[in-house]
Amino acid sequence: MDISKSVKKKDHEPKMNGSAMYVGDYPTDGVLFGKLLHSTRAKAKLIDIQVPALPAGYFVIDKNDVPGVNRVHIVKDDTPVFAEGTVEYIGDPILMVAGPDQQEVDRILNGIQVTYEDLTPVLRIEDADTVFFDYTIEKGNVQKGFREADKVYEETFRTGYQEQAYLEPQGVVGFVHDNRVTVHGSMQCPYYIHGAVAKAMGFEASQVQIVQDVTGGAFGGKEDYPSIIACQVAVASYKAGKPVRLIFERREDMEVTSKRHPSLCTYRVAIKDGKVTTMDIDVKFNGGAYTTLSAVVLQRGIICASGVYDIDNLHIRGKAVKTNTVPCGAYRGFGAPQTFFAVEMMMNHIAQDLGKEPLAFKLAHMVKQGDSTSTSGKYHFPVPLPAMVEELDKISGYREKRALYAKQTGRYRRGIGFSAIFHGAGFTGSGERDLIKAVVKLHKYVDGKVEILASNTDMGQGLKTTFSKIVANELNVPLDRIVITNPDTDRVPDSGPTVASRSLMVVGELLRRATINLRSHWKDNEDQVVEEHFKEPDFVIPFSLDTFKGDAYPTYAWSVDAIEVEVDTLTGVSKILGSYGVFDVGTPIDENIVVGQMEGGFLQGIGYASIEEMNTDGSGRIRNNSFTDYAIPTSMDVPHLVAKLHVEKYPDGPYGAKGAGELPLVGAAPAYVGALEQALHSPLNHAPFTTEDTMNVLMKEKK
Amino acid sequence: MRDTGISFILNGEKVTYEGKANDRLLDVLREHFHLTGVKCGCKEGECGSCSVLLDGQLANSCMVAMGRVQDSEVTTIEGYSKTERFKVLDRAYAAVSAVQCGYCIPGMVLASECILSANPHPTEEEIRIGISGNLCRCTGYNAIVKAIKIASEEGNGLW
Repeated sequence: MDISKSVKKKDHEPKMNGSAMYVGDYPTDGVLFGKLLHSTRAKAKLIDIQVPALPAGYFVIDKNDVPGVNRVHIVKDDTPVFAEGTVEYIGDPILMVAGPDQQEVDRILNGIQVTYEDLTPVLRIEDADTVFFDYTIEKGNVQKGFREADKVYEETFRTGYQEQAYLEPQGVVGFVHDNRVTVHGSMQCPYYIHGAVAKAMGFEASQVQIVQDVTGGAFGGKEDYPSIIACQVAVASYKAGKPVRLIFERREDMEVTSKRHPSLCTYRVAIKDGKVTTMDIDVKFNGGAYTTLSAVVLQRGIICASGVYDIDNLHIRGKAVKTNTVPCGAYRGFGAPQTFFAVEMMMNHIAQDLGKEPLAFKLAHMVKQGDSTSTSGKYHFPVPLPAMVEELDKISGYREKRALYAKQTGRYRRGIGFSAIFHGAGFTGSGERDLIKAVVKLHKYVDGKVEILASNTDMGQGLKTTFSKIVANELNVPLDRIVITNPDTDRVPDSGPTVASRSLMVVGELLRRATINLRSHWKDNEDQVVEEHFKEPDFVIPFSLDTFKGDAYPTYAWSVDAIEVEVDTLTGVSKILGSYGVFDVGTPIDENIVVGQMEGGFLQGIGYASIEEMNTDGSGRIRNNSFTDYAIPTSMDVPHLVAKLHVEKYPDGPYGAKGAGELPLVGAAPAYVGALEQALHSPLNHAPFTTEDTMNVLMKEKK
Repeated sequence: MRDTGISFILNGEKVTYEGKANDRLLDVLREHFHLTGVKCGCKEGECGSCSVLLDGQLANSCMVAMGRVQDSEVTTIEGYSKTERFKVLDRAYAAVSAVQCGYCIPGMVLASECILSANPHPTEEEIRIGISGNLCRCTGYNAIVKAIKIASEEGNGLW
C-alpha cells in the first residue's frame, strides 16, 4: 500500500459524534471534586493558614499529607507537590480542598485565610540572580573571527510567553485502592507521571497505574504539568479514601500551567568579505520559579542559535534563570522558536545593512550535507533547503513581491518576510540512547488481530492512525486488524514520552521492526508477543552534554516560510495576505495527517508572532488569563495559509519519515516580523509584534 | 403544561428541568442530562466548544441560563449525530482528516450545520465567518473549511 495515502483516522468516529471520553466526561458518582488554593503572592513566606470548620466528607490536603517525598519528579526534583515554607510564584499550589459538592468546595476555599510575609520577587530576566542552568557551545576560534572582522554587528532580541491554549484544560482523576494508585487523565507522557506519582506516594513502581484518557490537545503543555496534578490527586485520594478529580477552569489553566519561555538573546556577529564568520551569542530563558523542563528546553534553544547557517566560529552561552513567575516548560518547538527568531532577524538586519537581499544573503550561508553542526556534529543527509526555497518562491511569489514592496509609500504598505529553519528530530543529544531506551511490543491474538503496545499518546496528532498504518503495512493486512488503545502503564512498556517530534520517527521505526519480526515468526491460531528495543543508528557521532559536542540529533526536518502582510499605517492594523510554508518531514505517513500538522503548527506560530501576547503586572500576576485577553487565531485571521510538503527521506525512520510535529511552528515568527519590517521600513527585534508595536513604530516615523 | 420546572425539547424529546432558572445550560446538559459531547473549554463564551443549536441557531451553552430555554428546542451533538445531515458531514470531515484532538469538533459540527442550513452553498469566506466563533488550536482551520465545502457539494438537497 502507499503509506502516504490518507485513511479515515482511527479516532475519528467517537470524536465526531461526541462519544469520546475526555477526563471530564467520566461519571462523578462517588468522586470528590478537588480544587487548589494557589498562592496570590509572587514570593512570600507562609506564616499561617486558617481553614474554616469542614463539613463531614470534606478534606483539606497539603504538604503534610504527602506519604512519600513532597517533590514532583520531573528532571530535577525541586517542584513541591504542595508548597512548604514559602511560595515562589502566583499560582504555586498551597493545598487542595476536596469534597462531594463543587460549590461547597468553592465556599470552603473562599473561606481559607492565608497570612503571607511578602518577600521581594524577581520578575524579569534582567533582574534574575539565580541561574538554574548554564551551558556553553564552542566551535572554531571566536576571538580570531572578531579580530579579523571587517565589521561587527550587535543586537538584542526578545520573545514573549506563549500559552499552549489546548482546547481541553488540564485534568486528572486519582484513586488509591487495594494498596495501589490509579491516575487517569489528559496527558502526553504516562511514564513521566508514573515515576512522579511513585515518588510522591512512596510506592513501588508496581503499585502505580497511569492511564491516558482521550486528550484534547497538548502541544507540550501536557508534558510535565500533568505529573504535578497527578501527584496532588493521588495524595488527596490517599487521604480521602475516594477518587478525587481535579479539572482546571480556563483562567486557572492559563495562569498556573507551563508556557513557552520568554527569551532575551544578544548576538555579536563578525563579517569578513561580506560573509558571516563568527557569532558570539548570549541566550537567556526565563525559567520561572522551578526548574521543570528548562534544562532540556535551553539545550535545544542554544543548539539552534546559529540557525541553518554554516558559521566557522561560534560561542554560544545559554542560561535559564529563575524568576518568581509561572514555571515555563515545553511548547511545540521547545526553545527553538526563540533562538531561530533571533538569528533570522539578525541575518535580515546584516543583509539589509550590507545592501543585500536577505534571502540571497541567507542562501549564501546555508549548511550543506557533510557540514558540521553548531555542536561539531554532522549534517549526515542531504540538506534540501535550496530546492525548497525555489518551491516556496513558486507558491508565494516571494522574490517578485519582495522587490515590488521595496519602496512603498501611502496608507497601505505591504511587506513579505522569509525564514529558514530546521528541527532536530528526537530527543536532544544522547537522550534516546541513555535515558529513554524505548521498548515496544506487539501482541498477536489467536484471531490474528495485532495490538500495538507502546506508551505514546494520541493527543490529536494522529499517532493511533500512523502507528497502525505502519504495522498494517508490514503485515499487509487491513487497518481494522490492528488494535491500539490509549496507553495504560499496566499494559504497555515504556516507549518514551510523546514529545520532541520523536514518536513517529523513533517509536514508529521500532514498531516497523517489531512487525517484521512478528511476520517472520508468524504462526496462525497462536497467541504471540514480540518486543523491540531502541538501537542508536551506527552513523551517529556520540553527543556529550559536558562538552556540547557531537550529533545533537541524528537528522533534521527542514522548513522555509514566507509571510505577506499589509499594514494600514493609519490604524496600525496589519492583515496577513498569505502564509506559505514548504516543509520537509521526510515521507508523510498519511498525507492528510501531516498536512494537518503543518497547517495547525504554522498557525500557532503566526499567533506567537502576531497576537498572542502574555505578560505579568508589577506584582507578577499574569494579565492575560482568558481567551478574551489572550487571543489565539480564529478561522478569519489567516484565510490564505498554504503548506506544501517536500520529501527528503530519512533512511532510519519508518519508510523515510522524520519528526514532524514541532517543525511548522518555528519559522513563522521571523517570517511574519520580517514582513512587517519591510512594510515599516524599520528593523524589528521582538515577537510578538502586535498592532500596538506597529503603532509605536509609525508614531516614531511621523516625528 | 406542568407548573413547575423548565420544559423544553432536547434532541427531539420533551424534557423538564426541575432546577433553577439561572443554572447554566452547559452544566445542566453535561451533569443532569449526561450529554458530555457538549464540551467545556472556557465557560465565558469565547471558545465555542460548548456550542449547541438553540431553536436552530448556534449558541454557546455556557452563556445561556436555563430560564431562556423554556419552550425552546435544544440540539446537542448527541441528537444531531443521528441525522442524515450529520452523515454527510461525518464523511466529509473524515475524508480530509479534519478531526485532530476532537475537543472543538462537536461545536464545529453544529456550526457547520448552521452555515449550511442558512446557505447550502456557501463561499469559503462565508464558511470562515460561520466557524469564527469556534476556536480550534490543532488544525489551522483549513481542513475544517474544506470539510464543510465538501459537505455542501455532496449534501445536495439535504440542506
